[in-house]
Amino acid sequence: MFQFILRRLSLVIPTFFGITLLTFTLIHMIPGDPIEVMAGERGVSAERHAMLSAELGFDQPLYIQYFRYVGGVLQGDLGNSLVTRTPVLDEFLALFPATVELSICAALFAIFIGLPAGIIAAVKRGTIFDHSVMTVSLTGYSMPIFWWALLLMLIFSVNLGWTPVSGRIDVVYWIDNTTGFMLIDTWLSDEEGAFTSAVSHLILPSIVLGTIPMAVIARMTRSSMLEVLSEDYIRTARSKGIAPWRVIVIHALRNALIPVITVIGLQVGILLSGAILTETVFAWPGIGKWLIESIGRRDYPVVQGGILIVATIIIVVNLLVDIMYGVINPRIRHSH
Amino acid sequence: MIKGLAALPMAIMAATAISTSAHAASTFVYCSEGSPEGFNPAFYTSGTTFDASSKNMFNRLFEFKLGTTQTEPGLAESYEVTPDGLEYTFNLRKGVKFHSSKDFTPTRDFNADDVIFSFARQWDEGHPFHKVSGGSYEYFTGMGMDSLIKDIVKVDDYTVKFVLNHPEAPFIANLAMDFASIFSAEQADMLMKKGMPEQIDINPAATGPFQKVQYQKDSLIRYTAFEDYWNGKPEIDRLVFSITPDASVRYAKLKAGECHMMPYPNPADLEQMQADDDINLMSQEGLNVGYLAFNTQKPPFDDVRVRQALNLATNKDAIINSVFQGAGKTAKNPIPPTMWSYNNKVVDYNYDPVKAKQLLKEAGYENGFSTNIWAMPVQRPYNPNARRMAEVMQEDWSKVGVKAEIVSYEWGEYLNRSKKGEHETVLLGWTGDNGDPDNFLYVLLGCDAVGGSNRAQWCDTEFNDLLVKAKQDSNVANRTKYYKEAQMVFKREAPWITVAHSVVYEPVRKEVKNFVIDPLGGHYFSGVSLTK
Repeated sequence: MFQFILRRLSLVIPTFFGITLLTFTLIHMIPGDPIEVMAGERGVSAERHAMLSAELGFDQPLYIQYFRYVGGVLQGDLGNSLVTRTPVLDEFLALFPATVELSICAALFAIFIGLPAGIIAAVKRGTIFDHSVMTVSLTGYSMPIFWWALLLMLIFSVNLGWTPVSGRIDVVYWIDNTTGFMLIDTWLSDEEGAFTSAVSHLILPSIVLGTIPMAVIARMTRSSMLEVLSEDYIRTARSKGIAPWRVIVIHALRNALIPVITVIGLQVGILLSGAILTETVFAWPGIGKWLIESIGRRDYPVVQGGILIVATIIIVVNLLVDIMYGVINPRIRHSH
Repeated sequence: MIKGLAALPMAIMAATAISTSAHAASTFVYCSEGSPEGFNPAFYTSGTTFDASSKNMFNRLFEFKLGTTQTEPGLAESYEVTPDGLEYTFNLRKGVKFHSSKDFTPTRDFNADDVIFSFARQWDEGHPFHKVSGGSYEYFTGMGMDSLIKDIVKVDDYTVKFVLNHPEAPFIANLAMDFASIFSAEQADMLMKKGMPEQIDINPAATGPFQKVQYQKDSLIRYTAFEDYWNGKPEIDRLVFSITPDASVRYAKLKAGECHMMPYPNPADLEQMQADDDINLMSQEGLNVGYLAFNTQKPPFDDVRVRQALNLATNKDAIINSVFQGAGKTAKNPIPPTMWSYNNKVVDYNYDPVKAKQLLKEAGYENGFSTNIWAMPVQRPYNPNARRMAEVMQEDWSKVGVKAEIVSYEWGEYLNRSKKGEHETVLLGWTGDNGDPDNFLYVLLGCDAVGGSNRAQWCDTEFNDLLVKAKQDSNVANRTKYYKEAQMVFKREAPWITVAHSVVYEPVRKEVKNFVIDPLGGHYFSGVSLTK
C-alpha cells in the first residue's frame, strides 16, 4: 500500500511543474498588456509605461519571468495582484472558504439526491421512475448553468420570495469573518436568525452548482448498479433468501460504488469550474469570480497563482480518490 | 460561578438589545457592480473604487456641487489666486474631525499638515510615503499635476499655498477630483512609527460622511454614518455596498427589495423598470462622448472634404436606435450638453448621402475607396456595442461607395495600437474627470496629445491656440468664449464623427429620497434618506 501511495505521489511533481508552465505560457500568449488595460482610454505615456514595466518585471525576457515566478512559488510566494497590490495568497485564502462552503453543499446535494435516485432507477429498471430519473439527469447534465441559475432565481427569489436572490447573508447581520465559513461563523455568532439566513442563501447556489454532478452521479450509479445486479453472486445471494434490501445495499452497492467514487472525485474539478459561473450569477464571493475578473484584467500573478492552487487541489483530491480506490478494491493496489 | 450565571441573562438581554437596535437603524443597501481595487483613491482610476472610497469616505479641498460639474468649497473654505495665476492660497476649514477606529484615535482636527501630506505623498518622490503600497499615482500624473506643482507651502495651521509652474485654469477642478482626497497626516505618522505604513491605504482615517467598518472582498462593504461629520451627520445610519457584478441579478435584488439602488442596468431591462411601481428610474445625460476618429495624418482622411463627407454619410439616429436602444442622444459637439461652454449654435452634419457623394467627388473619390473601422472589443459607458455601431456605419458608408472593413483587437492592444495611429478610423469615447471642458478638448484633440489620447492625430493651430488661451485664463467668461469658438473650428474641420452622449440610468426604489445623479458618474449617499 505504501509503495502504491509513493508511486502516485511521484507523478504529482511533474504534473505540478507542467501546470506552472502551462498557465504561465497560456496567460502570456493571450494578447493584452495589463498596464494598458489598467490605464484605459486615459492611457499612459511611453516613459511611464516603461517605468511601470520595469517595476513589475515585464521588461525581462519571458523565460526569466517564468523562472522568477517558479522560484517565488517554491518559496511560497505567488506574487502580488497587479490591481489590488495585495499578495495573491492572501486574496485566495480570503475567498476560498466561500467556494469550499458552496462546493461542499453542492456536493452533498449531488450525492444525497444522485446516489439514491441512481440506485432506485437501477432496481426499478424500465419503470416510469427509471425513465424519469434518466430524463431529468440528462436535462440536468445539459443545462447551461447561467440560464438555470437565473431561472431558479426568478422563480424562487423574485416571484415566490422563498429564497434570497444572491450574496451569502442578509445585510442586516454583521458577522465577523472568523473562519470564513459563513455557516460556522453565524453559528458561533449571537445574532439571532443569522444562521438561518446563511442557510437560505446557500440553497439556490448549491442546487445550481450541484445539478450537473448530481446528474452524473445518478447515471453512473444506475449503470454501475445494473452491471453488478446481473452478476452471479447477486443471484446466489438472492437464492439464499437474503432480504432484498440487504442484497442491494450490502452486496450490490458496495461493489457498484467503486466507479461511483471515482466519478465523485472527478466532480471536484467540475464543481470548481462550475463555481466560476455560479459564483458570478449569485454574487458569491469565491475564487471563481475572482479568477474570471483577473483574466479580463490580465492580472498575471492572480491568474497564474489562482489556477496553480486550484489545480493542486484537484490533483490532491484525485490522489486521495486513487488511494481510496485502492483501499476499497485490493485488486487495484496489487495490479500496479 | 453563581455570580457568573446570574450575569448571563443580563448579557443575553444586552446582546439582544444591541442586535435589535442594529436592525432598527436605517440601513441603505447599494448593489454595487464590483469590488473596489482598494481604499486609497489616489492609486486608481475606476468609478467603482471611487464610489467605495473617495465619494463617501473622503473629502477634498473642493467638492463638486452635487448634480453639477461646478466646484464648491470643501475642506478649503476660500482661496485667493495671484494675477499671474501661479500661486493659490487656500484658507482651510476649522473644526473638521477625522474618523477614529480601534487602531487609531485622532488627537487633533484637520489642518494644513494633512493637506501637505496628501499631496506631497504623490508629488514628492522623496516623501517617506511615496513608495508605500506600490506608489503609483496614475490620476495625479495623468492630469499633469506632477509637472504643474512647483511647491506646496504651509503658511500656518489653516493656510496652505500651492505654487504652480505655469498657469492652469482647471487647477481648482482638479483639486475636487478623487485623487486629491485628504488623508490624516497624524495617522500616517502613527503607522510609520509602528512599521506598517501600508495600513493607511487599507484602513484610512478620513473626514467624509461615512466611515468604513468592514470589507469582505467580492461580497460587501459596510459603513456607518460619521456622527461628527462637519457637514452634518448623514440621514441614514448604515450604508452597505452589496457587491453584485451581474446586472440582471442586481435588478432581481432591487425588485426583491434586497437593495435600494443599483447602477448600470441592462438597456433591455429599462422598459420593465419604467413600468415597475416600486422603482423610480432616474436618468440623466452622462458626461461622456462616443466618437469615431479619422486618422487625419493618413490619406484620404487628411482631406477635410472626405471627413465631412463621411460625417454626412452617417445616419446617427439609426445608431441611437439600434446601438443605444434609445439610451443615448446624438452628439454634435465633442463635449456633452451638461458641460459649461457647450456651444448650442454649432450646426451638425445632418444625414445627407447625396451631398456626401458630391463632396467625395470634389475630393477626387468619385468611386469611393476602401478603409477600415476599428471597433472596441468591450462595452463602455459611451458605447454599449461598438461592433454593432461599426456595422451600421459600414452599411451607411457603402451607400456612398466607401468600403470599410471592421477590425478589432483585444482591449489593451486596441488602445495601444490606436494611440500609435495604426488605424484609419477608430471608434472610442471619453468620460469626463473633472467637469472642465479642457478635460475633453485638450486631452482628446490638443496638439500635445497627438500620439497619445488624440486618436485623430489631429493638430490644428487655430483650434489649439484657443485651447491654450483658455487654459491660461482663470476668467470663466473668457474661457467660455474660447471654447465656444473652438467647437466651431472642430465642427468645420471634422476630425471626428461625434456619435452620441449616452444616457445614464439609476434605478432606485420608491422609498429612497433625495438621491441626486452626479453628472461625473459618482454615487454619493450622504444626502439620501429612506421613508420606511
